[in-house]
Amino acid sequence: MSSSTIYESSGAANKSVATARLIDRIFFGLTCAFAVSIAVILLWITASLFSIAYPAIAKYGLGFITASRWSPVEDLYGALPQIYGTIMSSFIALLIAVPLGVGVAIFLSEDFLPAKIRTPVAFVIELLAAVPSVVYGLWGIFVLVPAIKPFLEGIYRTFGWIPLFSTAPDIRGLFQASLVLGIMISPIIIAISRDALMSLPPQLRQGSLALGATRWETILKVLLPAALSGIIGAVMLALGRALGETMAAAMLIGNAPRISASVFDPASTIASLIANQFAEASGLQLSSLLYTGLILMLLTLTVNILAEVVISRFQQIE
Amino acid sequence: MAPVSDQPQPGSSQDAMSYSVSPKRKWFGTFMTVLVTGCALLLALPLFSILWTVISRGAPSFSLDLFTQLPPPPLMKGGGFGNAIVGSLIVLGIAALISVPFGVMAAIFVSEFARGTKFANFVRFGINVLSGVPSIIMGLFAYGVVVLATGSFSALAGGIALAILMVPIVERTAEEGLKSVPMETRQGAIGVGATNFQTIIQIVLPAALPSIATGVTLSLARASGETAPLLITALFNQYYAKGVLEPIATLPVLIYNFAGAPYKNQQALAWAASLLLVMLILVVSIIARSLSRRQTFG
Repeated sequence: MSSSTIYESSGAANKSVATARLIDRIFFGLTCAFAVSIAVILLWITASLFSIAYPAIAKYGLGFITASRWSPVEDLYGALPQIYGTIMSSFIALLIAVPLGVGVAIFLSEDFLPAKIRTPVAFVIELLAAVPSVVYGLWGIFVLVPAIKPFLEGIYRTFGWIPLFSTAPDIRGLFQASLVLGIMISPIIIAISRDALMSLPPQLRQGSLALGATRWETILKVLLPAALSGIIGAVMLALGRALGETMAAAMLIGNAPRISASVFDPASTIASLIANQFAEASGLQLSSLLYTGLILMLLTLTVNILAEVVISRFQQIE
Repeated sequence: MAPVSDQPQPGSSQDAMSYSVSPKRKWFGTFMTVLVTGCALLLALPLFSILWTVISRGAPSFSLDLFTQLPPPPLMKGGGFGNAIVGSLIVLGIAALISVPFGVMAAIFVSEFARGTKFANFVRFGINVLSGVPSIIMGLFAYGVVVLATGSFSALAGGIALAILMVPIVERTAEEGLKSVPMETRQGAIGVGATNFQTIIQIVLPAALPSIATGVTLSLARASGETAPLLITALFNQYYAKGVLEPIATLPVLIYNFAGAPYKNQQALAWAASLLLVMLILVVSIIARSLSRRQTFG
């Protein structure tokens, strides 16, 4: 090798190092840009919703939240019935899903079942979470609600004097939608609560059993309190899901924009309202729909951020 | 140890070491065990009911026509939803084309360039919050930025709405995959003179590929059943869509439309479409599971 080729090759090498550095820089910048864009897309979503909703926001202000009349015919909009329906249906869904979900999480985290069966059961729960909500809705309309209708009618006949049950149940209604919602969100509660229970240090259980506590005393007085923040996080994530769930509500709640004392009456949620009226909406109705969307987003964001905080605290303890 | 008053009598030598709890505590335990077992059975009921009804009501109308014919008008017999199958695939394809680069690039940044920094935590937080935003809001957003801009409900708008839904899932699994690649691999590559770009593209990314594939398939499984965002972006189309800027038929929206129809034939088609969708999701989930088991390192 002569000295000139060494010079040349090192010159070429310098050049290729320079291009490699440049590529490196570009690559870094690109990944950074993608990461930032994902993080700020929330702001973009909020801004774009806000800009379309602006006419309704300017016209109604915060009174929109307390006005209870939604009437496209009169071009008059208020979202109280939908907000009530959203919160009420999620609340009833939680009443159903929390005991069931936590119960099953305990069942799966203890050794009630042999380990061989537990893995397929966990897979089945994942599957339950993966079934599309529109299929849940279809099943709710044609299978679940017809099956439990006699039972609901029994409640109506016996407890009809209580305002809560004061109307005859039909296929579509607040409780009927909430029931399907509850079944839909329980897999979330099961999965996260089970993780929280299983990740507890085994010393907790050993210590409690050594002190003479029975299995259930250990579960209720030691394990559940220790896993509580994880379970609360799970419940809040499930709540966030229930608040925003559209299809099951749109198909089963009956879409009646009114507040009724009876849980068997048709009602309406923000998401079901949007799903029902969006395609034909224009003008002020469209803006008002976007306004309800903003309210829904605010509701779910609050719940989800709280859940994040609770779960991250739980991870720190761990 | 001081003797305890309620110890067994010395006569029964076999029981000297054992100590039984009071019947009340024992019964409480049995009661609770029965209760949680009941919870599990009660929740297993809807699952099997859903699977059973989807199969039993969907299977009878399963035929080749489903894949080739167009949705029938009311009161007509037969028909299928070929356009909805093609439409779902197109919308999912658009969504994957957008979400995979975004998710993977963001994951590379968080795992390779910004690991452990405040900024990575900020991105992480944003992604977690994004994954909790209801899907219908994504639809509203896509409506605002695509439908209003182009003047028409379209497959593109639907794809963008689903893409935002998929990004958090893709990012999360890709990041986990990248982080599971041992540090020594990177040090080795850097040690023989590779740049960051070469290390990541040629060494780290291929090693993390199974996880990334898992994330993509999982996110596709999730997105394929989403109805709400498509309802307000892709709308529906009785025929095959001629382009991505036109309204397009998709399976979930077809199920929703036909579920509310009073006609037996359309309801039967809704069940058939549900069966197809659930089978699709089941197959995709199983693929995702088997992919995630193929860990290169670990």
